[in-house]
Amino acid sequence: MFETIVFYVFAAILLFAAARVITARNPVHAALFLVLAFFTAAAIWLLLRAEFLAIALVLVYVGAVMVLFLFVVMMLDINLDRLREGFWHHLPLGLAVAVVMLAETVFVLGGRYFGLATLPAPGDPGTAYNNTKEIGRVVYTDYIYPFELSAVLLLVAIIAAISLTLRRRTDTKAQNPAQQVAVKRQDRVRLVSMPAEKEE
Amino acid sequence: MSEIVHTFEGYSAAWFGPEWGPALFLTVKTLLLIVAIAIPIILCVAYLTLAERKVIGYMQVRIGPNRVGWNGLLQPFADVLKLLVKEVVVPTGANRFLFVLAPMLSLMPALAAWAVIPFAPELVLADINAGLLYLLAITSMGVYGVIIAGWAANSKYAFLGAMRSAAQIVSYEIAMGFALICVLMVSQSLNISDIVNGQGRGHFAEKGLNFLSWNWLPLFPMFLVYFIAAVAETNRAPFDVAEGESEIVAGFHVEYSGMTFALFFLAEYANMILVSTLAALMFLGGWLSPVDSTFANAVPPILWLALKVAALLFCFLWFRATFPRYRYDQIMRLGWKIFIPLTLIWVAVIGIWMQTPYNIWSGS
Repeated sequence: MFETIVFYVFAAILLFAAARVITARNPVHAALFLVLAFFTAAAIWLLLRAEFLAIALVLVYVGAVMVLFLFVVMMLDINLDRLREGFWHHLPLGLAVAVVMLAETVFVLGGRYFGLATLPAPGDPGTAYNNTKEIGRVVYTDYIYPFELSAVLLLVAIIAAISLTLRRRTDTKAQNPAQQVAVKRQDRVRLVSMPAEKEE
Repeated sequence: MSEIVHTFEGYSAAWFGPEWGPALFLTVKTLLLIVAIAIPIILCVAYLTLAERKVIGYMQVRIGPNRVGWNGLLQPFADVLKLLVKEVVVPTGANRFLFVLAPMLSLMPALAAWAVIPFAPELVLADINAGLLYLLAITSMGVYGVIIAGWAANSKYAFLGAMRSAAQIVSYEIAMGFALICVLMVSQSLNISDIVNGQGRGHFAEKGLNFLSWNWLPLFPMFLVYFIAAVAETNRAPFDVAEGESEIVAGFHVEYSGMTFALFFLAEYANMILVSTLAALMFLGGWLSPVDSTFANAVPPILWLALKVAALLFCFLWFRATFPRYRYDQIMRLGWKIFIPLTLIWVAVIGIWMQTPYNIWSGS
């Protein structure tokens, strides 16, 4: 009962935030509502006792990805009127994508109405259940190859992103700290020994 | 004590029924415990500000505040009162809602993280399995307060400060996370109590020299990386370019006044105490006593933790009094080109070390 109420409160916040992401006029507000949506989704995962997934969602998406997202959105000079141009032009394609996504969601969530085999809902695993340990065990034994493959894929993506944006500029005046640190006193200062001069 | 708690649990179940009684009891109990943790922390923050002014004062051959109360001991309360009665000015063109929300967003994670910190054996609000992960996730949210503050104020200097701070915190979080990964590899647990207890076992601990069995010795480079990254994460000198009084006047909180400004201040110091406590728990054996003698064991565990945290906090103040501010490109270079490769290599070193016969961590 208590858990059900908590679930509905979180679900309401999640739906509201998700709706505001696409309706908010200000892009920064939209990004912040997306943060709220991620955070609430993590809370719902916690209710399902998937604490590793919930915390990883907050750590990766809220803590890092959305920060960089906000960083970029805040720097952009976004003209809202320009963004609104071509609304009717893009509407048919957007609607088609939305309908396909809706149909997929219905098929997945309502599998039993289409005669798909469904797994029974897992029972309460109890308080001794350690979600982190279970995921780690499965990922590093049964699914080691898919897991390593996705890791390599991410590495390739990182290298590609860096090599696409890396420009070697020759006109910068950036200092090289290694050279700065290596400077010796003799390179900069010359001590001159002079005999004391007498006042005439 | 536990009898009284059980009596109240019984009352709650009797009055509100078996459905609502336990839930309501749990809510009220947790709220009371949260107050019992938050109030001492806020008091610590108040006296940390005084300690900072005193310590830096003595280092600069001054006396520091000594007018309010005995030797200035009531100075923090005078400061709070002064800030409370000041007007909160919201600049024209600022985004009002976000402008007021930002200080709260920066203080909230700093306090929420304390939920999983054990102060002594069994003395913890929520002893959860993924405690370390929770800490990393919650502390990574503190940056929102800074970014939103900088953007909502609608000011160039505030915005520059927010951008600097966001880039800096995201960069150093990676090194910090990898340093903590080394800790959880050797303790084979994400539970903070387990991590502390794991440091009480080992070759030296059996001989009574507990402090040589703590993580700081085998993971010494990681301890250094963690502590320096912690200073950068909290935007403290010498990494305080987000404030940079000399270039961007006060960075992200330049437009804030009164209590909204005080909340940023509170969050900064609460974060300092938090990262120092974490360093003490992860690398310095938490509440464990450094040597195995009757006198050291007679000291209550929470006092050992407090002493370690105080020593680390003193380092924060010491750094501020002695180091000049880093240049921004040097901060980025240190984070990305030195700390991240170093931590990555050290993760591999620890992994290989643990597979050899010289593995000194027996596992929990």
